[in-house]
Amino acid sequence: MASELMNVTANALVWISSTLDAPTRAVFFGVPIDGHLVVEVLLVVVILFQLTRKSYKPPKKPLSEKEIDELCDDWVPEPLTPQISEEMIVEPPTLESAAGPHAIVDGKEVVNFASANYLGLIGNENITDSCVGALEKYGVGSCGPRGFYGTIDVHLDCETKIAKFLGTPDSILYSYGISTIFSVIPAFCKKGDIIVADEGVHWAVQNGLYLSRSTVVYFKHNDMKSLEATLEKVTSRSKHPEKVRRYIVAEAIYQNSGQIAPLDEIVKLKEKYLFRIILDESHSFGVLGNSGRGLAEYCGVPIEKIDIITAGMGNALATDGGFCTGSMRVVDHQRLSSSGYVFSASLPPYLASAAIAAVNYLEANSSVLSDLRANIATLLNELSNVPGLVVTSHSLSPIIFLKLKKSTGSDKTDMHLLDSIANQVLKEDSVLIVTTKRSNLDKCPLPIGLRLFVSASHSEADLLKAAASLKRVASLVLS
Amino acid sequence: MVRLPYTTALTTLFSYGLLFAFGQLRDFFRKILDWIRKPKDLLKGYAPICLGLEDFYVRRLYLRIQDCFGRPISSSPDAWFDVVERYSNDYNKTLHRTEKTTRCLNLGSYNYLGFAAADEYCTPRVIQSLKEYSSSTCSVRVDGGTTKLHVELEELVARFVGKEAAILFGMGYVTNSALIPCLIGKGGLIISDSLNHNSIVNGARGSGATVRVFQHNTPSHLEEVLREQIAEGQPRTHRPWKKIIVIVEGIYSMEGELCKLPEIIAVCKKYKVYTYLDEAHSIGAVGQSGRGVCELLGVDPADVDIMMGTFTKSFGSCGGYIAASKEIIQYLKYSCPAHLYATSMSPPAVQQVISAIKVILGEDGSSRGAQKLARIRENSNFFRSELHKMGFEVLGDNDSPVMPIMLYNPAKIPAFSRECLRQNVAVVTVAFPATPLLLARARICISASHTREDLIKALEVISKVGDLIGVKYFPAEPPKHLNQNHNKLE
Repeated sequence: MASELMNVTANALVWISSTLDAPTRAVFFGVPIDGHLVVEVLLVVVILFQLTRKSYKPPKKPLSEKEIDELCDDWVPEPLTPQISEEMIVEPPTLESAAGPHAIVDGKEVVNFASANYLGLIGNENITDSCVGALEKYGVGSCGPRGFYGTIDVHLDCETKIAKFLGTPDSILYSYGISTIFSVIPAFCKKGDIIVADEGVHWAVQNGLYLSRSTVVYFKHNDMKSLEATLEKVTSRSKHPEKVRRYIVAEAIYQNSGQIAPLDEIVKLKEKYLFRIILDESHSFGVLGNSGRGLAEYCGVPIEKIDIITAGMGNALATDGGFCTGSMRVVDHQRLSSSGYVFSASLPPYLASAAIAAVNYLEANSSVLSDLRANIATLLNELSNVPGLVVTSHSLSPIIFLKLKKSTGSDKTDMHLLDSIANQVLKEDSVLIVTTKRSNLDKCPLPIGLRLFVSASHSEADLLKAAASLKRVASLVLS
Repeated sequence: MVRLPYTTALTTLFSYGLLFAFGQLRDFFRKILDWIRKPKDLLKGYAPICLGLEDFYVRRLYLRIQDCFGRPISSSPDAWFDVVERYSNDYNKTLHRTEKTTRCLNLGSYNYLGFAAADEYCTPRVIQSLKEYSSSTCSVRVDGGTTKLHVELEELVARFVGKEAAILFGMGYVTNSALIPCLIGKGGLIISDSLNHNSIVNGARGSGATVRVFQHNTPSHLEEVLREQIAEGQPRTHRPWKKIIVIVEGIYSMEGELCKLPEIIAVCKKYKVYTYLDEAHSIGAVGQSGRGVCELLGVDPADVDIMMGTFTKSFGSCGGYIAASKEIIQYLKYSCPAHLYATSMSPPAVQQVISAIKVILGEDGSSRGAQKLARIRENSNFFRSELHKMGFEVLGDNDSPVMPIMLYNPAKIPAFSRECLRQNVAVVTVAFPATPLLLARARICISASHTREDLIKALEVISKVGDLIGVKYFPAEPPKHLNQNHNKLE
């Protein structure tokens, strides 16, 4: 049995080897067909067949209506707003009179350091008269956006007046201070553009930068070396300077710290690296410079070198709204592509005429600027030795910023201490000062502190009273 | 929605194609001229503000008809106003003002209840508050910008609208774009109507949430989108959404349509989503006592989570408000950037709104409010029915004071506008990009201060101009009612 099997196997092997070693049997198209060629061709065919088979995927089953119903029933949304905690219930002081240097809060007269009334124009006769005239002629609202019969001749006059005052070809008015900067930035910066911005810019600028969808790089607050390094890094990376627009965004006087941007150095850097500059002059228009023309006059930079200047008029000019100015191209472009201008009702005409009256007053009485500067100097002098607080704003900034010498480590307790200082100062000494408020949407990394807004119409007694009160309360609370 | 007949679509596309071709030709010649003349380039090395075709529409299409937009006026935007004449020396590229004005009938301003001009009840009080509080507080609301007037107005608005509490802002646009990021952030979903206003779109984009759009005013499509989105969850991770907000408007300003609010609220309640209603055009203008679309359509204000509105249209002032429950308003006062960083509303404007609301509610001791509301309803319905009879294609629902008349063709836009101005009627024409490219229209806003004679004159002029231009797309009914009046007299 075994030997027969062995015989059969041996015979089979001999037959296979003889067929495989057999001389060429067939010639096919001039190619001699050996036996092994058949096997190889079969192998290739099998491989190709397997490759063309689809890989196994588990079949997709779309959700049935009943399953969707179940998912919808199971889903529990979060509440629209989080739970209200103690610190959220904050009631600001209610004014019962105009927000001048002396205001009435809760029936008591207080010295008001909370209004950015830098030139003391609140309650000014000229402004009130021009407003009354405008109210009687035009009513209150303008009832339409600028493109649809909302352009009133006072708007055009105001734009010409501001442009002439600053020395630029034209300007454009916006109906609200905060919406100026966050409409201007998306109008000029689109996806793919590069923006280098200061990290201490306020929320409206941050919102504008976010809405523009450009690449934003921040540099250290008011640090020119950091700015140069950032510009160098950004320009070395970008390949097509003629196709990508590049901007530097800075504020003249920073709301969050009271620092003043060194415009002459920024302009030198911008010319070296070919950037355009967007400057927000909300707190420096009507304050800096010999005649109040802003940061460009103060630093001795010709106004043509700054591409886009925006400002809110709710500070020195004691009205509301904002403007933007620059070359003709810059201003014309915004008339159709700036969303806060095109899709919103225009500025109420009485506020535009108040702005014209305010600029006229500033041109005629530039002595009010030296009053303001004297007040700032006096107050800074008095506040140089407050226990526990240190002044960190620039010596010419009308926003005096005080921060804690030693922070407690957490923002919340810092805020608590500063709030108690401000409340005590108001209750006991009738001086209204304010802490910096930060929204939870604000991404500014600068420290919080106390702010005093100095006005040209504060008397020396007011300033001394405020300083004395602050020293007293700070030593009580912070010791 | 608008149904565009095929022939009109073809002719409109042909017109736009022609304009585009001519624009490209002129751009080509401009390039050649620049290359020949080689003007000194001060901005060498800088990228231009607009590259290539980014501002093609502005340069080659809009500038041709620039005189139809942005017309300055030199009086208050009341029923009749003075339009300043402008001239141009370089084919509309720049326009210059003259000293001459023309007295025209105003069919364009948002003056629904007639508070635009000096009013006998409101203006003395406004001037009083100006002298007391001055034109601005120069401060933000949380610092030193809250006056007694602001507190009074917030309570009054909450009472008027029917919610627990309200918060004010100085500008309607900012109200939307600074508020939506407060309520919802990454991980949330916003479903907004496809024809929502630019401020809502900006607010939704600025919030960081995912945005989906549902077909204009179609509750069934809204339900479909909701079911699909809740079942799928967040994109890519498929985690459940944190919260969902549906944003709709009361009256859509380019369509004149009312929102289908009861159905939409029913859908939202079923799926536990929050609703946000933007009543910019409808507050004060519709409803039995002027309380907006909720009153008109019979919806309980407690069913809408957040109601937003502006004071620019019906109250003749500026600014916006949000009305909601006490907790939401408390939270907004703590965290909304527009409340913490923006200058507070100007006190005379606040007083104007207070006085206007008092007039509407009848608390000033007269019945002028009720009269104004009745007049605007009558005027709107009369005007709309007459336009329908003449054969114009008019959009919008009954009771809505906004009525767009379809023009379609780009050449008819300046023709309609200029012809009407020649006959002393000022209308507003809207084209791309505020409306879709093929659907240009003229939009009429009726006011309570229009008298019957004003409306009849407007109808005559519009009818004549419509015949001249050829925008009467529907067959006209014969003017039976005029003949009947004649017979009555005889």
